[in-house]
Amino acid sequence: MMQEAALFEYILRLSDDSLILGQRLGEWCGHGPILEEDIAITNIALDLIGQAISLYDFAATLEGQGRNHDQLAYLRYENEYKNALLVEQPNGDFAMTIVRQFFFDAFRLPLWEALMQSPIEQIAAIAAKSVKETRYHLKHSSEWVVRLGDGTEESHQRAQDAIDHLWRYTNELFYENAHDHSLHAAGLVPKLEIIQAKWNQTVKDILAEATLSVPAHNWKFEGGREGRHSEHMGYILSDLQYMQRAYPNMEW
Amino acid sequence: MVNADQIRSFLAEVSDPEIPVLTITDLGVVQQIYLNNDAWIVELTPTYSGCPAMQQIEVDLLAKLKEKGIHNAKVKHILSPAWTTDWISEEGRQKLRMYGIAPPVNEPDKGVLFADGPKVACPKCTSKDTRMVSLFGSTACKAHYQCNVCLEPFDYFKCLK
Repeated sequence: MMQEAALFEYILRLSDDSLILGQRLGEWCGHGPILEEDIAITNIALDLIGQAISLYDFAATLEGQGRNHDQLAYLRYENEYKNALLVEQPNGDFAMTIVRQFFFDAFRLPLWEALMQSPIEQIAAIAAKSVKETRYHLKHSSEWVVRLGDGTEESHQRAQDAIDHLWRYTNELFYENAHDHSLHAAGLVPKLEIIQAKWNQTVKDILAEATLSVPAHNWKFEGGREGRHSEHMGYILSDLQYMQRAYPNMEW
Repeated sequence: MVNADQIRSFLAEVSDPEIPVLTITDLGVVQQIYLNNDAWIVELTPTYSGCPAMQQIEVDLLAKLKEKGIHNAKVKHILSPAWTTDWISEEGRQKLRMYGIAPPVNEPDKGVLFADGPKVACPKCTSKDTRMVSLFGSTACKAHYQCNVCLEPFDYFKCLK
């Protein structure tokens, strides 16, 4: 029973990260700097929201309260969302969006690769599906980090500013609590320190190639994983939840 | 009484809503078809997690089976094993080419960073002197390419393995 609650929370983090980042990326629809990027960013948003649906479906069966994926996505209160603060940060300029995406993709890819080995069939299946999509996402965001960093003076500065600003939110991706320890002990999910080592390596390599610097400061902002969000979250939820709140249980 | 093979042959008349030249059996998304408690279960695997065509495919599929007199069918979405472009039939690949979409070449994309896209033949002039314009194209499953020889811009059905 304990373990189911722990697993429910674990799956919510995965699905909330996907949903909120997907929602953020969706804001670029019709506003991309070039047509190809408008299409790329919204395609990635679509993959993330698709992954969120599979994850919420699984979370709903774990919870066993008869909620469906729409109810989990659209009818919870802010403090019940367990996404990392990173994914709710505003889009900013294109560099900010790309760096946020790169930090996230570099975390998600090794996480999916590890979760493919999970003895929990549904998690392994969702991971096996998602890993293929996430490879394309990381390729896209890495290429843009290099192109911006090793581009013009202006693009370099904007990319570096984005890195310096978002760096404080990256540590939280590797947040773990007592629930996670029980899941590790049962061999159900990987320890995030293994994922963090891979993340560090990817970030180091790509930033070096991009002639960008890894920030020296080590400020850490946390709270999202425990349901304490930045001021931006409320605005996202008011957009995201509007239809379900205005027309309860609507479907199309 | 209808059997699973007949149902599969009926499904070969249902087209992909976004790439209408392909049927859903060409695409390889139809898995097991079996009878369960007097209902025919048709298993579908999504191409991409968020592919919006999947819902339309389900609607079209059930409508087609009704048209054939089968009213007790249900769709079951399954994730495992994950769909791969290897499941697109040879006939499907041929149809894509004729339609102007380059079918997936059977090599997964190399490394993560700045790997050149795979060598894709232009569906119009067949030259392999082509370049990737964008990793993401008009739908989740496609990338955007251009031919350096005849200048034709075209969609490439990305290899997913």
